[in-house]
Amino acid sequence: MLSTTKKLENTGFSFDNCLRNRFLEKNGFISPKGKKTGTTIAGVIFKDGVVLGSDTRATDDTIVADKNCEKIHYLNKNMYCCGAGTAADTFQVTSMVSSNLELHRLNSGRPVPVIVACRMLKQMLFRYQGYVGAALILGGVDNTGSHLYCIYPHGSSDRLPYTTMGSGSLAAMAVFESKWKPDLSENEAKELVKDAIAAGIFNDLGSGSNVDICVIRKDSVEYIRPYECLNEKGIKRGNYKYKKGSTALLQSHTIALHLEEEIIQTINDGSSMDTS
Amino acid sequence: MASNSFANIMELSGTDWLNAELSTGTTIMAAEYDGGVVIGSDSRTTTGAYIANRVTDKLTRVTDYIYCCRSGSAADTQAITDIVSYHLDFQKVEMNEEPLVETAAKIFQELIYNYRSSFTASIIVAGWDRRKGGQVYCVPLGGMCVREKVSIGGSGSSYIFGFVDSNYEENMDKEKCIKFVAKAISLAIDRDGSSGGVVRIGVIDGKSTQIERRIIQEEQFKLL
Repeated sequence: MLSTTKKLENTGFSFDNCLRNRFLEKNGFISPKGKKTGTTIAGVIFKDGVVLGSDTRATDDTIVADKNCEKIHYLNKNMYCCGAGTAADTFQVTSMVSSNLELHRLNSGRPVPVIVACRMLKQMLFRYQGYVGAALILGGVDNTGSHLYCIYPHGSSDRLPYTTMGSGSLAAMAVFESKWKPDLSENEAKELVKDAIAAGIFNDLGSGSNVDICVIRKDSVEYIRPYECLNEKGIKRGNYKYKKGSTALLQSHTIALHLEEEIIQTINDGSSMDTS
Repeated sequence: MASNSFANIMELSGTDWLNAELSTGTTIMAAEYDGGVVIGSDSRTTTGAYIANRVTDKLTRVTDYIYCCRSGSAADTQAITDIVSYHLDFQKVEMNEEPLVETAAKIFQELIYNYRSSFTASIIVAGWDRRKGGQVYCVPLGGMCVREKVSIGGSGSSYIFGFVDSNYEENMDKEKCIKFVAKAISLAIDRDGSSGGVVRIGVIDGKSTQIERRIIQEEQFKLL
């Protein structure tokens, strides 16, 4: 038979390089690894609101890239969101959803329910099938009360009274499981979250530096940054400076500086811009 | 390119986050009784060896009278349930009547079948409608749909097939059915490492828009 049909070209993504890379790896090539970030974030519902907390360390492999970064992101007037995982993804996802929430608020003329933000985040993350590496804790207060959600990179969510995330989540959860009780007061909740984050900072290598806390109440928000500096730099005991006169002055020589020309340039103050 | 299975790609780009949140370990169950259905589940969600949530609610509302028990990937099953719930809400408004359990099961089945290569979701759909009363449909991994008097699912179910087969009776009364479901799930929790927490029970009988819910804690298992 005469072959007249043209072979159709493959459409969509090409994964050729995946197989090539696997072949290279089999032959001893060490391919670059994806960057994994360490974090401790936590959230608790208290009597009349929500407390969110985070550490402030950003890591790049084994390097501390930022000793005081912000991990509690603004979503709307009545809700904030802690992010763990890939820093760029958590930032981008929260800022995109934040825009849509503001449009929603302007369009509906009422505070946006927290479940709306949860849905937007989980549907976006589900669409990217886990490739957007954002693990989030969403907290907020709306007309129906206080809400706390935990959203995973694959797009599943849990509604919980207290929750933790990130590499330090085990240490932080241990604190919650031993000290949490229903109907905490605001101060108790803040201290509990601080203790949980501190457990992450001290027991997890990926987490460190300070504790940030965000309290969301019915009609007000209090963003405390830092809430506590747990790793203050110590003061040096010794002084290694030489006292004046420790070295003997053998000779001195002074060179006189002559001013040869002075130019004064007037700059147009802008009031008479040339528009011709 | 010749063949590149999705698994290969996943393996190549495997980071911890990608493999996270697969709550495959579960025990779920639903059983028909005299006037409706009883649904039940454990409350454990796992990420590898870590329990991400010990008080999970796997009995998820689809409509007021139709619920589903989710097992498999949490993200997949939640997304599917949201979509089915949307379709049925829409149908309810258009037809001005409560959707049938059969319809719900069919939408679940179609979604799971069409996306069978990418989803890890196996769901039991249970509910009550005016035409056929209490019904249980099982929609497993590949996207089949079959009506059953009693259905179990999840990793914990393999431990209780014998118990369920020998103890299920048709047309039990409500309390007897609740006790049967609770006992079965508690037995699975005892033997299956990836099932645990409390036993959650729901009763759908079409008499109220709010289903009757019960929680049985581990201390009470021996009393069942």
